[in-house]
Amino acid sequence: MSFQPVKFYQTGTFTVGNRLLEPDQRSVQANMERTNSLNSGHRACQGCGEALGARYAIDAAMHATNNQLIAANATGCLEVFSTPYPETSWQVPWIHSLFGNAAAVATGIAAAIKVKRLKGETKEDVRVVAQGGDGGTTDIGFGCLSGMFERNDDVLYICYDNGGYMNTGVQRSSATPPAARTATTMPVGAEPGNPFGQGKFVPSIAMAHEIPYVATATVADLRDLEHKVKKAMTFRGARYIHILVPCPLGWGSPSGDTIKLSRLAKETGLFPVFEAQYGEITGSAKIREPLPVEEYLRPQKRYAHLFGKKPAYETIVRLQALADRNIRRYSLLDKEAN
Amino acid sequence: MNKPFAITLDPGSSLANHTGSWRTERPVYVDRLPPCNNQCPAGEDIQGWLFHAESGNYEAAWRHLTTHNPFPAIMGRVCYHTCEGACNRGKLDAAVGINSVERFLGDEAIKQKWQFDRPAAESGKHVLVIGAGPSGMSAAYHLRRLGHQVTVVEAGPLVGGMMRYGIPKYRLPREVLDAEMQRIVNMGVRVVLDTKIENVLDTMKEGSYDAAFLAVGAHIGKRTAISDGEGPRVFDAISVLRGLENGEKIPLGRRIAVYGGGNTAIDVARTVRRLGAEPIIIYRRTQDKMPAHAFEIEEALQEGVTIKCLSTIKQTDPKGIVIEKVQADSRGSLHPTGEYETLEVDSVVLALGQNVDLGALKGVPDIELNDGVVKVDANMMTGHAGLFAGGDMVPTDRNVTVAVGHGKKAARNIDAWLRGTTYAAPEKHQIATFERLNTWYYSDAPKTVRPMLDVIRRQSTFDEVQGGLDETNALFEARRCLSCGNCFECDNCYGVCPDNAVIKLGPGKRFQFNYDYCKGCGLCVAECPCGAINMVPENI
Repeated sequence: MSFQPVKFYQTGTFTVGNRLLEPDQRSVQANMERTNSLNSGHRACQGCGEALGARYAIDAAMHATNNQLIAANATGCLEVFSTPYPETSWQVPWIHSLFGNAAAVATGIAAAIKVKRLKGETKEDVRVVAQGGDGGTTDIGFGCLSGMFERNDDVLYICYDNGGYMNTGVQRSSATPPAARTATTMPVGAEPGNPFGQGKFVPSIAMAHEIPYVATATVADLRDLEHKVKKAMTFRGARYIHILVPCPLGWGSPSGDTIKLSRLAKETGLFPVFEAQYGEITGSAKIREPLPVEEYLRPQKRYAHLFGKKPAYETIVRLQALADRNIRRYSLLDKEAN
Repeated sequence: MNKPFAITLDPGSSLANHTGSWRTERPVYVDRLPPCNNQCPAGEDIQGWLFHAESGNYEAAWRHLTTHNPFPAIMGRVCYHTCEGACNRGKLDAAVGINSVERFLGDEAIKQKWQFDRPAAESGKHVLVIGAGPSGMSAAYHLRRLGHQVTVVEAGPLVGGMMRYGIPKYRLPREVLDAEMQRIVNMGVRVVLDTKIENVLDTMKEGSYDAAFLAVGAHIGKRTAISDGEGPRVFDAISVLRGLENGEKIPLGRRIAVYGGGNTAIDVARTVRRLGAEPIIIYRRTQDKMPAHAFEIEEALQEGVTIKCLSTIKQTDPKGIVIEKVQADSRGSLHPTGEYETLEVDSVVLALGQNVDLGALKGVPDIELNDGVVKVDANMMTGHAGLFAGGDMVPTDRNVTVAVGHGKKAARNIDAWLRGTTYAAPEKHQIATFERLNTWYYSDAPKTVRPMLDVIRRQSTFDEVQGGLDETNALFEARRCLSCGNCFECDNCYGVCPDNAVIKLGPGKRFQFNYDYCKGCGLCVAECPCGAINMVPENI
């Protein structure tokens, strides 16, 4: 756990708010005056995890920077549903870049602010966030992102990972998990779905750049997510947060299950929630109730081919092995440390 | 037009886009009936008062509690808390210690000398209450709150009824009982002691009462003919408990046979044990069939009470009593075996149940009796208009909590009757079942156990057996409440909505949906810990 949980207050810090907590112990989202950086009226699907994750993250960043924040946004669902010309849902200075250059645009904004401050044209310490989906981050924008990390530019990059190109019709990305069905993975045959052994886990690559701060989070644990965004804002240089955001459309899940699935991804160990500084892991969110991966897979239609008349036991076992490896690698089962 | 190249429209907010039109189902906030409230014979709003206790506002909790039941300190000691058996938390780890928090609030009220408010306006009506037991005093309290003048007439020398003469001191210290009774007197309720009413209609006429509530209890011990005048003396349990309470010396001797398996038998045995006697309970069925509560049997055994099961007392004998062994068959039917033994005892106490003294109703027309108790309708009224009855004297489970509930129900109906209307109880909400909770959100927290008095002191003194909680663990225990079916303002719905379609109205005011933007995704419903949001189809 990355933050100190409050115990024995009925719901502790599991819920968004808690009337029994002191105001400074409450979450940003519980506040009646939260920024609502991504406002109502956006065109995201019902139960969109990305819309939720983006508001959680940007509201927390606004809170941490005293509203002195500029956001650069890669092409993708988040941009399409929030800003169809001439409307926008953003209540924060926001720029739409190309699909692949959000990190570079953010770098430029950060450099411009630096120059303005040096010239004395502004006294405000304006911070910069770049954000995009997994397609814009792990595939198309990866070169710019790696460059931003390597130069240690003063930008927080947030990736909302829903495991595919959802807004163009659910195509595979390098963040699509193994065995998941997409429009561009093998629909039939011996091993339908995304092949094992391909793809990449960008948080690990970000850590390999030894940047000041890397973290993962889910929309199921708001307090953990907010803590990580605020913590990221205490560092200068390149920072990266990777947030798992379920997509009811692409995952084939009921719209009301978005948070439940995020929780199950974390509890089964398939999505490790951890943080790292300068290339070293400094902590991980522990599993509260260990569960088999099947609990996470079964409610999603993208894994339906595993649970037909002849269940694909071998594939399920291989996915369980991935979860078990995460549990070992990120020490996800250490009850004492919780 | 002064716009950049290729730009023709001014920027606008997405608030113009009312995404609520996408919805096929809408979420609505509901209040459901928590299983504890549903179970409570006194109709307490348990979840409601725990809500106040959770925030440490004990006076608000106490005031909320006492709108339904004026005796939390007594309840916290003698109520059999069936609410805890119904508690949803029991399916998670262990039920919330509702009874222990109730006792803490009751004790706190006595310590802080909190009093009930007098009614804002007097109705001008005068109600006679006969019997100052739990039912009568509860009715007096509720009638007084409703603005009526109340006179309670009690046959005994002190108020309390069975709470004083049926429940031993080690379970209910008398200063606690006195404090909660006095608080009702302080509201302006008149109590007349040592007065037995011969005929209720005459008394009503003499005192120009507008209505009467009878709650005389069941104080006449049932007897069975086992003595032929020789051998040990035979007493009945209620007389023994009443006599000991009044400080009388009763020649019970050292070895005492208590006949019966109910709570009264246990009370007598544990009381005489504390006076140095060796009680033996004789019961005709097996121990698991005893009507007494299991925890009381267990505590009695710990204190050195002997229980002899599958035995009946045939008769007394110059040396003691003759006992016949009984056999129970697989269906539970009892068969005498013809095997006898003699048990040397000095006295026999019969705890075979109690009958009602119906003297005050003699000659009253239209009263219907049923197996020695008075029949009442759904509004607690007897066949005689204006004459209500409750507690042990009507067909019911006989315990303090039920009696207190009768008092409340009768008071509401008497109030309506005096106004020439009938009381319409508000419709009950649907039950908040365990399946509707999202238990992920509740912290793990084991139940706080109340301290028990050392067994040596329980065998020789009348000190209270069960201790209470202190402020810190009472608060902890209150916060274990899951608030089943009722919003406790955790902000989850406000947080998890991807469309900002939940409006937070501020502390104590809960939330509201903004249906202009709610797309009906159902996340708020799924993530509400206590199941206080429903999805209902839209009319499309």
